[in-house]
Amino acid sequence: MTRRTRGVRTLPLHLVLVVVGAVMVVPLLYAVLSGFKSTDELSRNPFGLPEHWLTGNYTGILGSGGFWRLVGNSTLIAVGTTVLVVAVSALAAFSFARFAFRGREVLFTVFTMGLMFPFAVAALPLFLLLRSLGLLDNPLGVILPQAAFGLPMTIIILRGFFRQIPGELEEAATLDGCSAFGFFWRVLLPMARPALGTVSVLAVVTSWNNFFLPLLVFTDSTWWTLPIGVQQFQGQYSAEYARVFAYLVLAMVPALAFYSVAERQLVGGLTTGATKG
Amino acid sequence: MTSTFLPDKRSGPAAGHPLPAVPPGRARTRRRTLNWLTAVGFQLPALVLFTGLVLLPVLFALYAAFFRWGGFGMPSDYVAGDNFTRLLQDDVFLGDLWRCLVLVVLSLVLQLPFALAMAVLLNQRLRGRAVYRMLFFAPYVLSEAITGVLFSMVFAPDDGLADHVLGAVGLDGLGGEWFAGPSSVMAALFLVMTWKYFGFHMMLHLAGLQSIPAELTEAALIDGAGPWQRFRNVTLPLLAPTLRISVFLSVIGAIQLFDLVWVITQGGPDHHSETMAVTMFQYGFKRYQVGYASAISVVMFGICLVFALAYQRFVLRRDLEGATTTMRGDGT
Repeated sequence: MTRRTRGVRTLPLHLVLVVVGAVMVVPLLYAVLSGFKSTDELSRNPFGLPEHWLTGNYTGILGSGGFWRLVGNSTLIAVGTTVLVVAVSALAAFSFARFAFRGREVLFTVFTMGLMFPFAVAALPLFLLLRSLGLLDNPLGVILPQAAFGLPMTIIILRGFFRQIPGELEEAATLDGCSAFGFFWRVLLPMARPALGTVSVLAVVTSWNNFFLPLLVFTDSTWWTLPIGVQQFQGQYSAEYARVFAYLVLAMVPALAFYSVAERQLVGGLTTGATKG
Repeated sequence: MTSTFLPDKRSGPAAGHPLPAVPPGRARTRRRTLNWLTAVGFQLPALVLFTGLVLLPVLFALYAAFFRWGGFGMPSDYVAGDNFTRLLQDDVFLGDLWRCLVLVVLSLVLQLPFALAMAVLLNQRLRGRAVYRMLFFAPYVLSEAITGVLFSMVFAPDDGLADHVLGAVGLDGLGGEWFAGPSSVMAALFLVMTWKYFGFHMMLHLAGLQSIPAELTEAALIDGAGPWQRFRNVTLPLLAPTLRISVFLSVIGAIQLFDLVWVITQGGPDHHSETMAVTMFQYGFKRYQVGYASAISVVMFGICLVFALAYQRFVLRRDLEGATTTMRGDGT
């Protein structure tokens, strides 16, 4: 087949892709452009390029401090959740992957069952529990439950990776006088670095996007995260379309930037995670 | 599974302290106990976290569902199954079940085949496929809140992008209500869900497609099979495990749907887009009928559980080697 005939044959396929691609991009592009308009212009000229590229919507939000606070809160909570869930899961996955002990299968089944607990089921009692522990309006009130709900998926993925590491290494380490924890800490974790990266990226994205739990836990705005902030901003400035668009675009930037850097890990994690669950 | 951590004199918690001379039988029991303690010790933090913040709350919801309770103090007003019989007469809740079914069917009939078609397309050698792949997956990375706000603006009646586009091509009659109309809200919501989630399923399918050995399709090609025959008889059967996972995730996702709905419509207009989770939230956090809201949680959980178990038993059985309940050691 010559190059030219292949080009002709794939033309309809390209057309389909361009159309689907346009549907995906247009809402995003519309938001970016609208952020550069005034709300007046937005109703006169909904989808043209801006007549004058106003940057005030964007700079106003970036200069206000409130936005940065949300970014900071989201970051703190995402990092806290990730460190906690990965550390705790790694220990558990190590034990599942490398020990034969009574009750292992029962325990593992309990964790995997956790995959199908909808968060909404636990939301009410969890809220009451956090209230009685004084963890409402406290970042720990989001970090701890997020880590707990992230355990099943993280343990399953890590266990899979840990099982692939050959048993001979373990024997060698034991002969050299390594304790179980020593092997875990000095041999297994360094070798499993790619797997740890994958589960960390998954945990960061899940935490960053979580809406339900921060909505329950944070009643005052000190600790609001980005998703809550976006929703509140829309409610507050519902008449000022252009500003809401600018806010939306800025709120998308961190997630999309992170995605472009960690794409491989994220997709790898989701595909192994999904098929192993 | 073999473990090399059957503690001898050098390893385990007793390291450095030679074991006292005991009869061999007791030494073995003791060694086993130590081994068990080490293994479970590693599980401890995970167990504490999971039990305290996942299992206990779920169990407590099961308990609270049998009480009339406002959420303060401990539940004391036991009403047996009243909350559940009330659910069966609650039009909003029955509507939730119906809408859930509609979303499941739409996802399976429209969203997944679309995702599969895109995956097959992008599995070919095409110019720019990496870009398309990234692009189609990108919305999955945006939070539901951002997606929701974005589309509530895109589908704003009259002023939104969607209406302007329809107006520009002379189809004004089609637009207008979107999320504001009782009859259009679910369709509009489904469009947004497809925009956001199809890329995720496409990625799953792509991963599945790439694990199919090229020799098989080549062999079919040599045997004279056309593109459709190759897809139908080679690709599709080999992709079946991936598709079954995709179906599973779609259904569970539809049962739990909350964020998008809450951000875009809060269940409105007049409950026409409400889901089980939204109804639960309304009763539990806005109207302080915590017992009744717990009953909704329990039903949600029951549906998930029955579906998951049945699906695993009858559909996934062949696929999940080494995962979930089929694990029975690996025989080494």
